[in-house]
Amino acid sequence: MTPTTSPQPTARRATGTRATRVLGIVTLVMLGWLLLFGLVLSPADIDQGDAVRIMYVHVPTVWLAYLAFIVTAVCSGLYLFGKRHSLGFDRVAGASAEIGVVFMALTLISGSLWGRITWGVYWQWDARLTTTALLFVTYIGYLAVRGLDGTRERRARRSAVIGLLAVVEIPLVHWSVRLWRSLHQEATILDTDLDVDIDGLMLFTLFSGVIAFTLLFVWLLLHRTRTIALDDLLASRGLDRAIAERRAEVSSSSPSGGGS
Amino acid sequence: MTVGRLRTARRIAAKDLLVERRSRVLVNQVLPFSGLVMVVFAFALGTGGVLERSAPGLIWLAVLFSTLITVQRSFAIETADGALESLRVAGVDPVALFIGKAAALACELIALITVLLGLAVVLYGAEPRAEGIVLLVTTAISATCALAALGTIYGGLAAGGPGRETLLPLLILPVAAPVLIGATRGVEAALGTDRTAVSEGWPWVGLLTVFAVAVGVSGALAFGTLIED
Repeated sequence: MTPTTSPQPTARRATGTRATRVLGIVTLVMLGWLLLFGLVLSPADIDQGDAVRIMYVHVPTVWLAYLAFIVTAVCSGLYLFGKRHSLGFDRVAGASAEIGVVFMALTLISGSLWGRITWGVYWQWDARLTTTALLFVTYIGYLAVRGLDGTRERRARRSAVIGLLAVVEIPLVHWSVRLWRSLHQEATILDTDLDVDIDGLMLFTLFSGVIAFTLLFVWLLLHRTRTIALDDLLASRGLDRAIAERRAEVSSSSPSGGGS
Repeated sequence: MTVGRLRTARRIAAKDLLVERRSRVLVNQVLPFSGLVMVVFAFALGTGGVLERSAPGLIWLAVLFSTLITVQRSFAIETADGALESLRVAGVDPVALFIGKAAALACELIALITVLLGLAVVLYGAEPRAEGIVLLVTTAISATCALAALGTIYGGLAAGGPGRETLLPLLILPVAAPVLIGATRGVEAALGTDRTAVSEGWPWVGLLTVFAVAVGVSGALAFGTLIED
C-alpha cells in the first residue's frame, strides 16, 4: 500500500463536474430524442411491425457492450505494459467491463424479446448469439476476479491479465461456434442477418440511438471510474486511520517508548 | 525453451504424478465421478438412439466436469501447505511451473479419457471404427492439451485464497467452448456417428491445436502474475 498509488487526500469527493453535468444533460436530451423518433416518428416495419422499435435499443446496446470490452482490453494492456502501472487505467478497465456487462445483458434481453416476436422463439443457436452469450459470461467471470481479495495493485495486475486472456480466447470461441453452426445448421428458416434495405428514417433513428447510448456510456464510465477511485481513497484512508489509532494507543500506553 | 526450464517442468510434473499415485484421488474419486456422470446422462436422455448419437458430446461433457475437479485437486495440493508459495520463494520459474503442472494434468486427463471412451463403448454402444482410430487419438491428445493448459491458467488463479474454488467453473466453462465443440465433432467423425466421414474430423483437430497453442503460450506468459498472491 504505497502512498504514491493512492488518490491524494485532496481528491474530489463527488463524481460530478461541470463537464459531466453538461454531458449528462446532452445524454438525456439524446435519449428523449431517441424515444421520440423510436416510438413516435419512425414508421413500423412492413415485415416486423412495431417489433422493429426494439432494434433502436438492441443495436446501440450491443455496439456499446463491444466498445466497453475493447476499452477494458486496451486499458488492461496500458496498465500491464505501461511504465507507471497507473491504477487509473485499471479503474477505467473495471468500470468499462461493468457497464459492458450491463449493456450485454440488455442486448440479450432485448434480442430475445425481438426474437420471440419475429422468429417465434426467444433463442436461436446462431453463431453470433452464442458467442455473445459466452462473452457475457466471460466478463461476469472477469468481474468476479476483480472482486477477489488482495491489494489494489495485485487485483489490478490479476484482472488485467484476465482481461487480456479474454482477448485471446474470445476470437477462438467465436471461430469455433461459427464452424459449429456452419456445419450443423439445418435448413435455414430464419435469417438472422441484418443486411437488409433499411428505411431512411429508421436508419436515422438507429443512428440517434447509437449516439445517445455512446454518450450514456461515456457519462457512466466517468462516474463509475470516479466512484471506484473514491472507494480506493476510502479504503486507504481507513487503513491510515487504523494505523494512526494503533500508534496513538502504543504511545499512550508506553510514553517512554519501551515495551514492558 | 531452455534445458533447465524443461528439467524443472519435468520435475514438477513428476512430483504431481507421484502425489497422485500415492493419494489415488483420480482413481478413487474422479474416475467414479465421471463414470457416474455417464450413467446419469443415460437417465436424463433415455436409452436407445439418442444416447448413441450423443455419445461423443457426453464423453467430453463428462471430461469437462472431471477436469474441473482434477484442476482443483491439482492446485489444492499446492496451496495446502503453502507449497506454491514455497516454490515461488525458491525461485522456480513460473513458466516451468505452468508447463509442469499442465503436463501432469494432461497425463491424468488422458487416463481419464481412455476410461471414459471405454465406458461409452459399453454404456452407449459407441463402437470405434478402424479408419477413425488415428483421428480419435489425435483429437483426444489435442483436446487434452487444450484443457490442461486452460485448467492450469485458471486453476492457478483460483488456488490463490479461500473461497475462490467456486470461481473455477465460471472462468473455465465459457472459454472451454471451442474444446467441447471441436473434440465432440472430432470424436463424432472418428466413430462415424450420424454417418460422418473421418475426413470431416480433421478441421476440428486443427481448431483444437490452434486453441491449445494459443492458450498454452498465453498461459505460460500470464501464469507468474496469476499465482503471485
